[in-house]
Amino acid sequence: MSEPNLPFSILNEDGSCPERYRALLNDADLLAIHDMILFSRHFDRRMMMLQRQGRLGFYMTSTGEESTMIGATFCLKPDDPIFLSYREIGCLLWRKVDLRLIMNQLIGNSRDLCKGRQMPIHFCFREWGFPSVSSPVGTQLPHACGYAYAARELATGQVCLAFLGEGTASEGDFHTALNFAGVFRVPCIYLIRNNGYAISTPEAAQTAAKSLAARAAGYGMPGLQVDGNDLLALVNAMRWAVARARDGEGPTLIEAMTYRMGAHSTADDPSAYRSEEETARWAKVDNLARLEHHVRWRGLYDEARKQEALARHEETVRALIADSECWPPPPLDSLFEDVFEHANAHLLEQREEYLRFLAWKARRRAGEMAEAARG
Amino acid sequence: MKRNIQFREALSSALADEMTADPSVFVFGLDVPDHKRIFGSTAGLLEKFGPERVFDTPLSEDAMTGAALGAALAGLRPVHVHIRVDFALLGMNQIINMISNLRYMTGGQIGKLPIVIRAVIGRGWGQSAQHSKSLQGMFAHFPGLKVVMPSSPQDAYSLLRASIRDDNPVIFLEHRWLYDVVGEVDDAHAVPLGLANVRRHGKDITLVCTSWMNVEAHKAADLLARRGVEAEIVDVRSIAPLDAATILKSVRRTGRCIVADYDWSFCGFAAELAAQIHHGCFKELKAPVERVGFAHTPCPTTRPLENLFYPSAKTLVRAAERLLGLDEMDLSQEKFYTYEVNFKGPF
Ligand SMILES: Cc1ncc(C[n+]2csc(CCOP(=O)(O)OP(=O)(O)O)c2C)c(N)n1
Repeated sequence: MSEPNLPFSILNEDGSCPERYRALLNDADLLAIHDMILFSRHFDRRMMMLQRQGRLGFYMTSTGEESTMIGATFCLKPDDPIFLSYREIGCLLWRKVDLRLIMNQLIGNSRDLCKGRQMPIHFCFREWGFPSVSSPVGTQLPHACGYAYAARELATGQVCLAFLGEGTASEGDFHTALNFAGVFRVPCIYLIRNNGYAISTPEAAQTAAKSLAARAAGYGMPGLQVDGNDLLALVNAMRWAVARARDGEGPTLIEAMTYRMGAHSTADDPSAYRSEEETARWAKVDNLARLEHHVRWRGLYDEARKQEALARHEETVRALIADSECWPPPPLDSLFEDVFEHANAHLLEQREEYLRFLAWKARRRAGEMAEAARG
Repeated sequence: MKRNIQFREALSSALADEMTADPSVFVFGLDVPDHKRIFGSTAGLLEKFGPERVFDTPLSEDAMTGAALGAALAGLRPVHVHIRVDFALLGMNQIINMISNLRYMTGGQIGKLPIVIRAVIGRGWGQSAQHSKSLQGMFAHFPGLKVVMPSSPQDAYSLLRASIRDDNPVIFLEHRWLYDVVGEVDDAHAVPLGLANVRRHGKDITLVCTSWMNVEAHKAADLLARRGVEAEIVDVRSIAPLDAATILKSVRRTGRCIVADYDWSFCGFAAELAAQIHHGCFKELKAPVERVGFAHTPCPTTRPLENLFYPSAKTLVRAAERLLGLDEMDLSQEKFYTYEVNFKGPF
């Protein structure tokens, strides 16, 4: 039950790491993760631009926190469910969710699996182990616990991972879910992305405690605090927690210390509540920059490779945007589908009324066109 | 003093005036003192009254609702603010099981529960099912809660002051798009809770409206006027207690009525209104009361689906035409959902 003595950080400032931790990630995996973070960062940048141009309604970046989500996903098996909060697109990217599906969800077009009914970023990709993102924060935490309980009952061997921000740790759902997880010793990992802010509320206004990981003791589970900007430290902690969960030893709470480098969402302007000095300080220890130092230190990376990757990522994103924008919005009468498994009479009636209205419009349009042709 | 101000400023002025008049009033909730100040509706308060009386909270709606009750027990007058009513749902145990019942359950020993819960409702951009609810019908369903929905700056000002002064718990619901509405506000003009307001006079049909539907109704009334139909608009303003008398008086005169509630109609406040109107105006009604509300589905996100989900002035015109037995007028040159098109956020 007690915490193992895992290091808070592993990567040194110059990109080096102690020899004994080198084997945590082999060169190929390391490069793949690095490339994915680079992609995620580029994707964020392009989506922000798209939103500013009015082509996308809303977006939330994960810039600054990519190692946490991608590193954690890397440590799981592909069928382990991940209960996302909303700032974890890296998990989808690592699991190779079809990028067009991601883009279609953001745009809300006729190919969006959510059929234009959820806000952008609120993904549901069941095939890839992502149940559903919800706007009210914290709802996913008891879900993960219940799923983990069921997974054990059904002997699927799955381990659940649930993400949250440090702000969400103030919700009742956090407390009750972790207590439940502790009592039932479920195979579940709670991963707090402590990025310093809940929209404009700084962590200091959220909790009087020095550490959120320390709360784990109160739920009877180990709590680990790690450097979220250090991929190796994160992977090291996650591996330990996953092994524990798989062995039936119960849940773990991990607090990854990181920084939300961008705005909370496209509706936010962080310059109104935090200093440039603070942002600059964190930019120096950005997870991507530190990882790049590390791959270079291993001799795996150089400027030419970086330029090649950036060009490749831009080409991918450009094609994605073009593809998603060529699809129409979902058909209007789809509004009435999926409220229940089978539509009841009340819904069918509404739908009929609407179709009658559409038919009337079409008739009128045809009439106008005929008139125009005559005139 | 009379001023022409926006709805948001009417709210912040009402808060400032009550806080000045009564040191036991305080305002709290997520984002209350941040740079955006709940769309400007809490602007200036932090500077004027300081962080003891104007503060942000941890992300814990349930605890904050219970804390409001505790502070009220101790003699303060809390105003708790939610940036979205959907998040007030996390405090429902405290609101429904505790706050609405407490006076009754304690035999009146807990006689004063001066708690105001302000919450933003309504459409923004693509808010989907978890950021768009209104819930007035649900709150009003519970005995012991007053429910208020202003639709003009004057009402925002006067009703918020009245709500803060009321010794009962009040749920105060503000539509996101109303914040930009400008109107004259006279700070000497008091509006007690529990009175409806006839916002436009007409003899042919009554439109009974809540919140944003008043704005749509004015547009619909203008359109109907072009073909000689005079619509009367009654703004309910106070959902609970309900001023049925003003509504019934109007419908008795016009004989036709559309209830336009900014919510789902099924099992909602619209159903309550329709029942009371049918009962109270049975002899005078020339047609059954028509209800106009949201499509009975969760709220979607993409704009074309949203436009279908939400009723507009057009929906009201068509419903009026049906009730009056008129042909459909040509609306092809008219713009609807214009606010939606112009809306630039924040979301
Ligand atoms: C129950 C609930 N209350 C309030 C909100 C509004 N809100 C959306 S995100 C957010 C901040 C969450 O911060 P945190 O958990 O730290 O995650 P981060 O955004 O930093 O990743 C808030 C308050 C919400 N979505 N749900």
